[in-house]
Amino acid sequence: MSKSERPSRLFRNLNAKVASIPMILTALVVFVGGTAWTVLYSFTNSKLLPRLNFVGLDQYYRLWATPRWLVSIENLLIYGVISLVFSLVIGFILAALLDQKIRFEDTFRTIFLYPFALSFIVTGLVWQWLLNPDFGIQGVIRNLGWTSFAFDPLYNSSIVIYGISIAALWQGTGLIMCLMLAGLRGIDEDIWKAARVDGIPMWKTYLFIIIPMMRPVFITTLVIIASGIVKVYDLVVAQTSGGPGIASEVPAKYVYDYMFFAQNLGQGFAASTMMLLSVMIVIVPWAYLEFGGRKRV
Amino acid sequence: MSDQAVSLSAPSGAGHADASGPSGPKPRHIFSRRNIFLYGTLIVAALYYLLPLYVMIVTSLKGMPEIRLGNIFSPPLEITFEPWVKAWSTACTGLNCDGLSRGFWNSVRITVPSVILSIAIASVNGYALANWRFKGADTFFIILIVGAFIPYQVMIYPIVIILREIGLYGSLSGLVIVHSIFGMPILTLLFRNYFTSMPEELFRAARVDGAGFWGIYLRIMLPMSLPIFVVAVILQVTGIWNDFLFGVVYTRPDTYPMTVQLNNIVNSVQGVKEYNVNMAATILTGLVPLVIYFISGRLFVRGIAAGAVKG
Repeated sequence: MSKSERPSRLFRNLNAKVASIPMILTALVVFVGGTAWTVLYSFTNSKLLPRLNFVGLDQYYRLWATPRWLVSIENLLIYGVISLVFSLVIGFILAALLDQKIRFEDTFRTIFLYPFALSFIVTGLVWQWLLNPDFGIQGVIRNLGWTSFAFDPLYNSSIVIYGISIAALWQGTGLIMCLMLAGLRGIDEDIWKAARVDGIPMWKTYLFIIIPMMRPVFITTLVIIASGIVKVYDLVVAQTSGGPGIASEVPAKYVYDYMFFAQNLGQGFAASTMMLLSVMIVIVPWAYLEFGGRKRV
Repeated sequence: MSDQAVSLSAPSGAGHADASGPSGPKPRHIFSRRNIFLYGTLIVAALYYLLPLYVMIVTSLKGMPEIRLGNIFSPPLEITFEPWVKAWSTACTGLNCDGLSRGFWNSVRITVPSVILSIAIASVNGYALANWRFKGADTFFIILIVGAFIPYQVMIYPIVIILREIGLYGSLSGLVIVHSIFGMPILTLLFRNYFTSMPEELFRAARVDGAGFWGIYLRIMLPMSLPIFVVAVILQVTGIWNDFLFGVVYTRPDTYPMTVQLNNIVNSVQGVKEYNVNMAATILTGLVPLVIYFISGRLFVRGIAAGAVKG
C-alpha cells in the first residue's frame, strides 16, 4: 500500500510545486549554491578562470596585506558610521517635525523623499558637480570674496569619503524619514496625552518614552541601513571612481575590479566572502532576535 | 479655518508651552515661536533637498561660456536646449557618438521584460506560499529572504558562469533573468503578505466550485490584487532602471543600460568637459524614476516601505 501512496504524496499540490520551481531554483542554485561556490573558490588561487587549486587561506592573507583593501575597509567603516548616525538622527528629526500635524505634510514628504527615486549614479554625478572645486560650492563662495575658502572633499584624499557620505545622506535620509514617520504614527495618542498631563517636556517624551517604544522600528531601520552600507558601489564609481588615488575605494569596488579587470578571481572571491561575513555579523543576531522565538517572517 | 491643522496640534502632544493654560478655544498664532521654528527648519531642509535638482536643471540650460564665468546657482541668462539635444543624440562614449538615446532604449528593453517576468514569477510564488503551501515551501522562502541580504558581489561570478553555460552572458535576456532573480525575494514577500491577508473564504469558495491552482490565480487573485501589482511595478521599474552593477557586469558596451552609459559619458577622461551636457544627461537618466515617483505618490511610499529590505 505504501508504495502506491508515495507518488501521490509527491504529486499532491503539483501545480503549486511546478509554479514554485523558479523560486526553488533561485533559493538553492543562486543563493545557496552561488554563495557556497564563491566561498569555496576563495580558498583557491584562481586567476583568469576559476580553478580548484586550493591554497588555504593565502588569498585572505594577501587581502589583508593589500593597502587598497585596508583603505576600502577604513572607508567603509567611516562611511558606515556616518550613514548610520546621521541618517538615523536626521531621518528621525524630519519625521518628528512632520508628525506635528503640520500643513503641506505631503509636499514636504515628497521633497525629502524624491532623491531616493534617483539612482546612485545620478546622485553621485550631481554631487560631483556641486562639489567641483572650480565651479561648485567652493567656487561660488570664493567668488563672493572669501578667496581662501576651501571645500573640495572630492579632491582631498583625507576627506573624500565624507564628500561621498554627503551625497549618500542626501539620497537616503528620505527613506529613513518615511520608516520613522510610520513608526511615530504607530504610537498611541494616549501616550502623548499622559506625558502632557504629567508635564513632561516634549523632547523628554521623545527621548525617554517614544524612542524606546519605537525599538522595533529602529532595529529594522538599522538593518536596512547596514545592509545598504556594505553594498555601496555605484555612488563611489560615479562620484570619484575611487580616487583621488585609492582614497575613496570601497570593498564592493575592490571585488568588482579584481574579478573583472585585474583577472585575479581568487582575490575577488576572498574579498566578497569578507563582505558576506560582515553582513552576517549584522544579520544573524538580528534574525535571531526577530525570528528566534516565534515563527514569523 | 486655514490654520486649523496647526491649532489642532495640541491634543496630539505637539507640546505647546501652555499645556496647562486656560481652557476654551486656543488663540491662533500662525507666527508663534513654535511654528516659526517648525516651518523654518522644514523649509531649510526642503531647500537643501531641492538644491541639487535645481542646480542640475539650471546647469543643463546654460551654455558652456556662461558656466565658466558664472555661478552654479544663478539662473541661466540665455536658455539653451542644445545640451539636452547633444546629451540625447550625439554625446560620445568611447567610439560611439550616438548619445544617451541608445542607453535609454536599452534600458527600456531591459526594464519592460524584467518587470513583467519578475512580477509574474513572484506573484505566483507568493500565491503558492499563501494558499497552496506544500512541505518545504517555507524553507525555500526563508532562504530567499535571507538571500536578499547577501551582498550581490558574492553571487555575481557564479551567475556569470551559469549565464555563460546557457549562452546568455552579455545579452539582454541574461540581464532580464538576473533582475528577476534578485527582485524575487522582496516581491515574493510583498505578494505573499498580500495574498495571506485576503479572506480565506474566498479561496475556499472557489475551491468548492472546482477551480484549480491557475484558475483561482487568474480569475480571483489577480483581479483582486491590482493595487499590489501597481506597487510592485513601481518598485521594479525604479529599481531596475536605476541599477548599475548588474548592467555593467552582465551586458556589453552596445547593450549597456542608461545608467552605465551615463557614467561613461560623464566620467570619460577624453575631451573637454561639457558640464551642461553632463547635467542634461544626468537629468534625462533620472527622469523616468522621477516621473514615476511624482505620479505615484503614496503608492511609491508603500512600495519602498515594503522594498526597503532591498537596501
